[in-house]
Amino acid sequence: MDFQSCVNIKKEWDIVGARQLGRDIAKKIGFGTVDQARIATAISELARNIYLYAGSGKVCFEAIDDMNHKGLSIIAIDEGPGIEELSQVMEDGFSTSGGLGAGLPGVKRLMDEFDIVSEQGKGTEIKVVKWLR
Amino acid sequence: MRIPILKLHNYLLISIQIDLDDQTAIQFQEDLLNKIHASGATGVVIDLTSVDIIDSFIAKVLGDVVTMSDLMGAKVVLTGIQPAVAMTLIDLGIHLQDVPTALDLEQGLIKLRQELEE
Repeated sequence: MDFQSCVNIKKEWDIVGARQLGRDIAKKIGFGTVDQARIATAISELARNIYLYAGSGKVCFEAIDDMNHKGLSIIAIDEGPGIEELSQVMEDGFSTSGGLGAGLPGVKRLMDEFDIVSEQGKGTEIKVVKWLR
Repeated sequence: MRIPILKLHNYLLISIQIDLDDQTAIQFQEDLLNKIHASGATGVVIDLTSVDIIDSFIAKVLGDVVTMSDLMGAKVVLTGIQPAVAMTLIDLGIHLQDVPTALDLEQGLIKLRQELEE
C-alpha cells in the first residue's frame, strides 16, 4: 500500500471528515479497534487545532510499508500564526481556547512518533506516526 | 443534526448514535438543559455505546453537561463507554473523575435510582 491522501480543513465538519478517513485508512492497514480509536482521536485533535488557531490547513495520510515496518503517518499542515511557546503547548493542561488543554501532549501519547515544526507568522507542521505491532 | 432526548417517568434517556461534530455536541448540551427545565426530570442517562471516538472537545462538552445538569438539580450518568474509548481518554489525559458512569443503560438506571435514593 503506497498512497497519500489529504483532507482540507476549512469548516468544523472537516474535523469529522478527516478522522473518519483516517480511521478507514488505519483499518485497511490492519490496526485493531483500540489503535483505530487512538489514531482517529489524534487526527481529531490535530484537525481541531488547525480549525481553531489557523483557520484552514490540511491533514494528510500516508501508509508506510517498509521491509519489516508497517504504519500510518499523518501530517497536519497550516499556514496560521504559528505557535509562540512550543514548550508551553506541550504541557498538560495548557490552553488558550478554554479547552481541556489535552490536545498536543495527548496526541503525543496516543501516537508512537511526534514531530512539530512551527514558525511564527509562517505556520505549523506536525507529523505523527503510529506503527503496526 | 439534533440528538433525540426521550422522557421516561422522571428520567431523560439519550442514546448518541452518530459521530459527534462540535456543533451537534454544543446543540445537544443546550437541548438537554432546556429539556430538564421543561420536564422537571431528576435523572438523565446518556448512553455512549455507539460512540467510537471521544476527543478532548467532546469530553469537555460531556463533562460540562454533567456539571450543568447537576447545578439545575438533575443527576446525569454516562453509560456504555467502549473499551477503546476509555483507553484513548486516559492516553489523552482525560479522567472525567467526577462524572458518574455505568456499564450499560440498565446499570445506569440502577445507579440513578441509588443516587436519587428513590
